[in-house]
Amino acid sequence: MVRPYVVISGRTKPSSKLDLDLLAIITATWRAPAEPWTLNPEHFSVLRICASPVSLADLASDLHLPLGVVKILVTDLSERDLVTVRAPRTIRWQDDLPILREVLNDLREL
Amino acid sequence: MTFGNSERGAGPGGVRLPVTIKILIAGGFGAGKTTLVGSVSEIRPLRTEEVLSSASARVDPLDGVEAKTTTTVAMDFGRIALRDDLLLYLFGTPGQDRFWFMWDELAYGALGAVVLADTRRLADSFPAVDYFERRGLPFVVGVNCFDGAQRYEPDQIRLALDLDKDVPIVLCDARRRSSGKDVLIALVEHTIRIVSGEPGTPVGAK
Repeated sequence: MVRPYVVISGRTKPSSKLDLDLLAIITATWRAPAEPWTLNPEHFSVLRICASPVSLADLASDLHLPLGVVKILVTDLSERDLVTVRAPRTIRWQDDLPILREVLNDLREL
Repeated sequence: MTFGNSERGAGPGGVRLPVTIKILIAGGFGAGKTTLVGSVSEIRPLRTEEVLSSASARVDPLDGVEAKTTTTVAMDFGRIALRDDLLLYLFGTPGQDRFWFMWDELAYGALGAVVLADTRRLADSFPAVDYFERRGLPFVVGVNCFDGAQRYEPDQIRLALDLDKDVPIVLCDARRRSSGKDVLIALVEHTIRIVSGEPGTPVGAK
């Protein structure tokens, strides 16, 4: 068992201001990492899991690591173009009605 | 880093990215939040850690610990794959008062919220009702009908919770999948009414 914050060298905040939502979708870019020895095993675990698009919440749950630690790992990888981050859909406007109706119909059929 | 828009679209290598939608499940301790999430979706554990605010620092004495004090919050969430590319997430809000600061992150961009109420402890639902009213986030009240608890009419509950006449009240049994589904459907219908009724009005976007 490795203490979570050892994984990220004692950092508690990502180095950049990448504001990661719980439902942001993380996807590996499949680029070869430059200087791979500067990444730790948890970075590679993230890359393995987000080989298919995955939400930040699912990623943290799969890794059994606290959300804050996973945010830092994802930010590291994003800065090196090893993953892409897409902000989630937020429901606010009339433009969102089609998706709300889809959700409603799908829930009824569930 | 790459930020796309929030529509369905292609990710790296042409992978289709799913749309993710969030619903909050709130309510007092023991109101059945985790039960509801578990009855309609596959439940997943999630840990987070937050810097203690001064208010919570009084609850958790941390004398002698350096300024960077964090506390671990365990939460559950559930995921319903409506389609391959449309995922609905249910997040139970942390019950304890000292985790209020987490609600903003959870509420941001959400479709809406379910406030689960236990008629034996209706007052426990006040903070959640207040929060969603203040934030302008659509919500419904799910009255979890516990065995042995006295049944009340929705109108009595509306009065007791001082709810706006438009807020739907759904009697439910959080243990039953079909009942949990009905509560979610009531919420989505309510959100659609709000979004279509007030052109240009942002919902839960503070």
